[in-house]
Amino acid sequence: MTGYWSMLFVFVLATFIGLGVIRRVSRLLYTPLMSLTNAISAIAVVGSLTVAGGDYPRTIRILGAVALFASMTNIVSGFLITDRMLKMFKKQ
Amino acid sequence: MIQAISQLAAIAATALFIFALNWMNDPKTARKGVYAGVIGMTVAVAATWIQPQIVHHGWILLAIGAGFLVGVPLSRVPLTAVPQRTALSHAFGGLAAGLVGTAEYFLWLQEGPEQFTTFRMSALVVEVILGFLTFTGSLMATGKLQEVRWIPQRPVTYPGQNVVNLGVLAGAVALGVLVILNPTAPWASQAFLGVAGLALLFGVLLIIPIGGADMPTVISILNSYAGLSAVAMGFVFNSALLVTAGALDGSSGLILSIIMCRAMNRSFTNVLFGAFGTVQKVKASGEQKVWKQESVEGAAQLLEQANLVVVIPGYGMAVAQAQHKVQELYDQLTKRGVSVKFAIHPVAGRMPGHMNVLLAEANIPYSALVEMEEINPEMSQCDVALVIGANDVVNPAARYSKGSPIYGMPIIDADKAKTVLAIKRSKNPGFAGIDNELYVQDNTWMLFGDAKTVIGDLVKQFVGGGLH
Repeated sequence: MTGYWSMLFVFVLATFIGLGVIRRVSRLLYTPLMSLTNAISAIAVVGSLTVAGGDYPRTIRILGAVALFASMTNIVSGFLITDRMLKMFKKQ
Repeated sequence: MIQAISQLAAIAATALFIFALNWMNDPKTARKGVYAGVIGMTVAVAATWIQPQIVHHGWILLAIGAGFLVGVPLSRVPLTAVPQRTALSHAFGGLAAGLVGTAEYFLWLQEGPEQFTTFRMSALVVEVILGFLTFTGSLMATGKLQEVRWIPQRPVTYPGQNVVNLGVLAGAVALGVLVILNPTAPWASQAFLGVAGLALLFGVLLIIPIGGADMPTVISILNSYAGLSAVAMGFVFNSALLVTAGALDGSSGLILSIIMCRAMNRSFTNVLFGAFGTVQKVKASGEQKVWKQESVEGAAQLLEQANLVVVIPGYGMAVAQAQHKVQELYDQLTKRGVSVKFAIHPVAGRMPGHMNVLLAEANIPYSALVEMEEINPEMSQCDVALVIGANDVVNPAARYSKGSPIYGMPIIDADKAKTVLAIKRSKNPGFAGIDNELYVQDNTWMLFGDAKTVIGDLVKQFVGGGLH
């Protein structure tokens, strides 16, 4: 049970870090910020990975594989498009 | 040993993700942030993959390959389509959370009752509800942004809508509580699927009444939900890495939603339950003022004689793909010693920061992009305010007309400029369906037509002839 409480603890602290860091993000970059955080939250890929690759019944692994595909799409397109957009921001 | 490696990798990935976001505070360091994110992600995935309980590598390779096949083209969409790509990625994030949650529940059912604790079960139900409602809600938003034919663009409302919507959500939560309390009951797996079904339905119902002008807020809220569903997954897996990354995404969505709401002077509940953007039927009192039209030649002359030109872009510029022509105009004017600034309203466009990205794509230096609060005090010194496809964000009615749906919304004070030139595709009111008296002001001249064509014609005046 202690594990769960420390998870809540982590959640609260991480939210404060998130609020602090995001508040300082340049307003110019809100669109790339959204695609970057999107790619980062696709870290859910590690959950999909254990479900898709574990020694489980086939139906469960299919659900995992579809989830893995969805997260992977977000990772790939999220990071690539963020970089593509950021490349465009040039100073005069 | 392998346990320790995965823990260390998770800590490293967490730190890299925080650095990634930290570097986004300046366009100069922002690209470093992407690299940090990629490294963090690679480390985390590798550390999970080498765990001994992962045995079916073929499936993983297949799913990852498919992710690349779809992800690479999705990253190359034109920048005008970035809002729908973003909405689609929220949908994918929600889908992944919902599916993993469903898989875990049925796995636990097979592994036995000792898997079920109230805490884990609660996290799982939250993950599934948030995941699936984000999935269908974001798909609907994607459809509206992409202007898919069978998804209505205009908000769809009907009497009792909010009661129906809240009823569906309450049903999902109530059924979820039943499953949490009796996870192994004979009916529990059906009830669990019922929770998932109701959440999917709620996502659709939630977005139906929302119009295009509210998309920046809605995308931000969905962003937050997608992050929170990842947090819930982290609780299920007891993974601090997932909880942290999800919380970063969730708080980013939250901050953006708050900024967007504030920029429209509206509350969360008002956006979600207010059905903004329904065409307003009142108005038309007293004499009808008329538009004054200006010729391209005249407009070019006005621009050339100005000291300070403030360009106010809106969604119309994005639709017309006019940003490159705008850049040519910017070049011509700056070459002639006119100082040109771009005034960016926080909700201009269809997602946060949309205008900035479009103008950056057209090679306009970001030092020329000015935020609303900074430009407004300067507007009285502005010789020409050039409004390109923006409407509600320059509507003076927001300042005083109490009956107007945009009353109280902070606007860019285009009306205070010495002269206003407004480019507009048609004589219809804007997305929110509200008349804009800026267009009939004494010092306003209209240029009707597609933004790209009109600005192209303006540029020709400078390049080709007439003016030197």
